[in-house]
Amino acid sequence: MIGSFLRVAWHVMRKDLTVEVRSREVLFTTLFFAVSVVLVFSFAIVREGRAPDDVAAGILWVAISFAGTLAMGRTFERERYNDTLRALILAPADRPAIYMGKLLGLLLLMLLVEAVLLPLVALLFSAPILAFPVHLTLLLTAGTFGFCAVGTLFAAMLVRVRSRDTLLPVLLYPITIPVMIAGVRGTAALFQAAPDEPMARFWIGLLVFWDAVFVTLALWTFEPVMTE
Amino acid sequence: MHRLVVKDVARHYGRRKALSQITFSCDAGDIVGLLGPNGAGKSTLLNILATLLTPSRGSVQYGDQQAVDGAVVRGLIGMLGHDLFLYPELTARENLTFFAHLYGLPNAARVVDAALARAGLTERGDDLVSGFSRGMRQRVALERALLHDPRLILLDEPFTGLDQTSTAALVDRLKERQRAGCLIVMATHDLDVADGLLTRAIYLKNGRMVASDTDPSGLADRYRQAIT
Repeated sequence: MIGSFLRVAWHVMRKDLTVEVRSREVLFTTLFFAVSVVLVFSFAIVREGRAPDDVAAGILWVAISFAGTLAMGRTFERERYNDTLRALILAPADRPAIYMGKLLGLLLLMLLVEAVLLPLVALLFSAPILAFPVHLTLLLTAGTFGFCAVGTLFAAMLVRVRSRDTLLPVLLYPITIPVMIAGVRGTAALFQAAPDEPMARFWIGLLVFWDAVFVTLALWTFEPVMTE
Repeated sequence: MHRLVVKDVARHYGRRKALSQITFSCDAGDIVGLLGPNGAGKSTLLNILATLLTPSRGSVQYGDQQAVDGAVVRGLIGMLGHDLFLYPELTARENLTFFAHLYGLPNAARVVDAALARAGLTERGDDLVSGFSRGMRQRVALERALLHDPRLILLDEPFTGLDQTSTAALVDRLKERQRAGCLIVMATHDLDVADGLLTRAIYLKNGRMVASDTDPSGLADRYRQAIT
């Protein structure tokens, strides 16, 4: 049962990544958008090479959430073009495994974007990204996972709705507020002049809790959501 | 699955009735045509048979199974939609391999090689589907739908956009599946091709079943009488 679940999730994720490697559509669009957001903030905030304290974490998470929303919409839009979503849900496989595969594909894509974004934020806003690299990696991974867990479910729900591009952020941002708060506060704790490691660990723990809640709810609701 | 029983099936979208009071049954080895003008409810009925839509009223019995049996029933069904359910960024082999894994088929590589050979695309198996003609895509899509040897084959406008050679090849493949004891249900406007192929015709108009017959010839005349 678990083997079959993981096998389907793996193949869906691998298919999504293969399609993305061939088209590079979502990665380039998302990356361009995320970098643009960071650059716009740097033009507005940085004066004489110095950024105000404690802004880097907020700017990083704003870029991640905006770019993530763009990527979520596009990955499901792709399944709509040739109606492949119907083929996926018609397969005699666990439908939640399809959700998990889509989620993991999106997570990897977002982590790639963040790998580019992080040095840029460090450079422009003097953020000490190498002070606690393991904590920072855990924060970003757990935060992005929670954000993508909700976003993947909503993107799937809205794939047949005409105003999906408008509705996705309207539904997504209020629900993922806990993830955003934990992500920003945890990252800020690591970026401040005197990094607060215990505080960062607390926020990582909270993010893992929210991830568990969101993924459980999404796995539970994906099947009925995909059946009209 | 030896028998499909559709009993008093209706589907409403709000106050609009897309289908009402659809009742028929058919047996393994039948090729059933759903005939009617645009908006008659053919695709809605196919989607209900595919378990992609839930009927607002009535039931569909697949042998001794019902749609609520989920993955077990989906494993009996192969569907070829009007959109072909293929990823244009993947090769024919990658498309078929992905779905073979999704269906949990053992020895996927051998199954895919056989499917490519049946589609006459062994030489082009490693080419991207985006470079294929409509006929070639249709052949890949049909083999994708038949990979797991489904007992119920659902086809939505399978002859649209095909030349005479491709149409003849598709008819031959369907007859071969019929001889293998599969039950085939197709929605089509192409009465010339369907004439002599169908063992049962079901005429739909405005979401209602207006007639049904088992006469294998003279389809165009009977269609005119039933629909006008």
